[in-house]
Amino acid sequence: MDLNFLDFEQPIAELEAKIDELRRVGMGDEVNLSEEINRLQKKSHKLTETIFAALTPWQISQLARHPQRPYPLDYIPKIFTDFQELHGDRMYADDQAIVGGLAHLDQHGVVVLGHQKGRDTNQKVVRNFGMPRPEGYRKALRLMQLADRFHIPVITFIDTPGAYPGVGAEERGQSEAIARNLYAMSELRVPIISVIIGEGGSGGALAIGVCDRLLMLQYATYSVISPEGCASILWKSADRAADAANALALTAERLKQLNLIDAIIEEPVGGAHRDVDTMSKSIKRVLIENLNELGALPLDELVQRRHQRLMNYGIYQSQE
Amino acid sequence: MNWFERLLPPKVKSGAGLGKRGVPEGLWTKCPECSAVLYRAELERNLIVCPKCSHHIRIGASERLDSFLDAEPRREIGAQLRPLDPLKFRDSRKYKDRLTEAQKNTGHNDALVVVKGELKGLPLVAAAFEFGFMGGSMGSVVGERFVRAVGACIEERIPLVSFSASGGARMQEALLSLMQMAKTSAALTRLARHRLPFISVLTDPTMGGVSASIAMLGDVIIAEPNALIGFAGPRVIEQTVREKLPDGFQRAEFLLEHGAIDIIVDRRELRDRIHVILSMLAGGDAAQAANGAPTQRPAAEGPDDPPASH
Repeated sequence: MDLNFLDFEQPIAELEAKIDELRRVGMGDEVNLSEEINRLQKKSHKLTETIFAALTPWQISQLARHPQRPYPLDYIPKIFTDFQELHGDRMYADDQAIVGGLAHLDQHGVVVLGHQKGRDTNQKVVRNFGMPRPEGYRKALRLMQLADRFHIPVITFIDTPGAYPGVGAEERGQSEAIARNLYAMSELRVPIISVIIGEGGSGGALAIGVCDRLLMLQYATYSVISPEGCASILWKSADRAADAANALALTAERLKQLNLIDAIIEEPVGGAHRDVDTMSKSIKRVLIENLNELGALPLDELVQRRHQRLMNYGIYQSQE
Repeated sequence: MNWFERLLPPKVKSGAGLGKRGVPEGLWTKCPECSAVLYRAELERNLIVCPKCSHHIRIGASERLDSFLDAEPRREIGAQLRPLDPLKFRDSRKYKDRLTEAQKNTGHNDALVVVKGELKGLPLVAAAFEFGFMGGSMGSVVGERFVRAVGACIEERIPLVSFSASGGARMQEALLSLMQMAKTSAALTRLARHRLPFISVLTDPTMGGVSASIAMLGDVIIAEPNALIGFAGPRVIEQTVREKLPDGFQRAEFLLEHGAIDIIVDRRELRDRIHVILSMLAGGDAAQAANGAPTQRPAAEGPDDPPASH
């Protein structure tokens, strides 16, 4: 079993392995296998399309956390130029679960922020699995205020299981750090665009996700609680995560129907990790489109619209 | 009915009032902390704080507002709002059924009650969470009521006091609940621009999404003694770090020591202390009005008015 493939991707993995083997055999040989390889590649493509056309919310949840899923530091060099990473909250530490800095998007200066999960074991530990502590949120706030001061837009990439549940994080005011960001972002006087690229884990995601445009990759998720967490509380069993994923309406498709996100950015066949270049190009195109629209608005109107958008969240009944 | 039951006053017999909202009913009550057997009337005189050990027993939204506000005048805000079930959420039970049961048990139709009233003659808006209503969880109605509370404060130029008691966001409304954190926090920026005070009182327990939004955004943050306050629940933290948590972790005293809150105030002194604080915070505004300065800030939303630092 190939660990870079999820359960439901295993048939694809087997075909891909076969193709690789044929390629090795065909190398430098007189036998022409290219026709056979071609045929198998088409078959693999078709199989991938078929599997991905009918993914369940739980499978999408797993895809959003796929070990090969691209992270902000994979996208940033492909979308932006001249990225200058800036560190630290000027109070306590530099939390590496959140990366941030200045960059060019085409010719425009922007502040880029994102949760960074870490690929190998060592990096996972350094990045704390993408779970920020208060100093991470405070670094993000500092950089957003920098953007505000110099009138440059903010772009955030969201991909976190959630804010870190640890003793130190609580001691240093995890709640306050998140609340402060929600407060400050709602009145930041520059355009803010957030893209959920993987796992949008609750308050830990929202703390860099209050924005003018909320975009979501096709196989990303955004939820008030993880399916496992929800299942263990409401069903009293983490084994019911698939049911919880279904009930929580955490997929891009459901959230678009509920009008909670603005647009879905389609992923390449088989998911963002199968073709990071194509994915990056799509993200870049959508970012520029949205920035142009937001940039055309007077700042007062921009901030007023963001406020109104926040006030509109919620579905209830009024018995006047 | 035997002779003893006949002697009991009707309120005690029916178990009405406090009994319905999580506090043991009857003529006698046992303190959950020190196990002292307490006479109900004496406990009520102490605002449900144990007279023996000062343990602050949890109280519901009605008792909270009753004990905090003057008896008159009172007007409820947002009472016409009712929760819906937009996702048709169903776990081991239907969200609809959970709502009906919570409404029946608490006498409230959602987990936040907002009342415009007075504190020793000082007009203000008070908002209290009802922990008995699905753990005081914040869904669409809670968020909207809080926003309307802020709106009423701005309209009448009066302060806001909130009493939080909540486990966090309401899972059954999924992402709609999460967004209430952003909505309520954004509303508070408007209150600050109008230079109106927001006193946040953290009561046992204040966790998760409510802690990480309105609760921590008070101009002055007050906690009741020993209240559990934090972002992640202690059990989740214990499972993550795999070690025993220090004594008093996430209690009000712990937060005070770490600089997260301003003061700890005994429930029986809340009226006096908040009144004093508000009388001082309102000072600048009152003085301005006396000097003929406009009470409304016309440029509040305009380009010349920088966002108030909070």
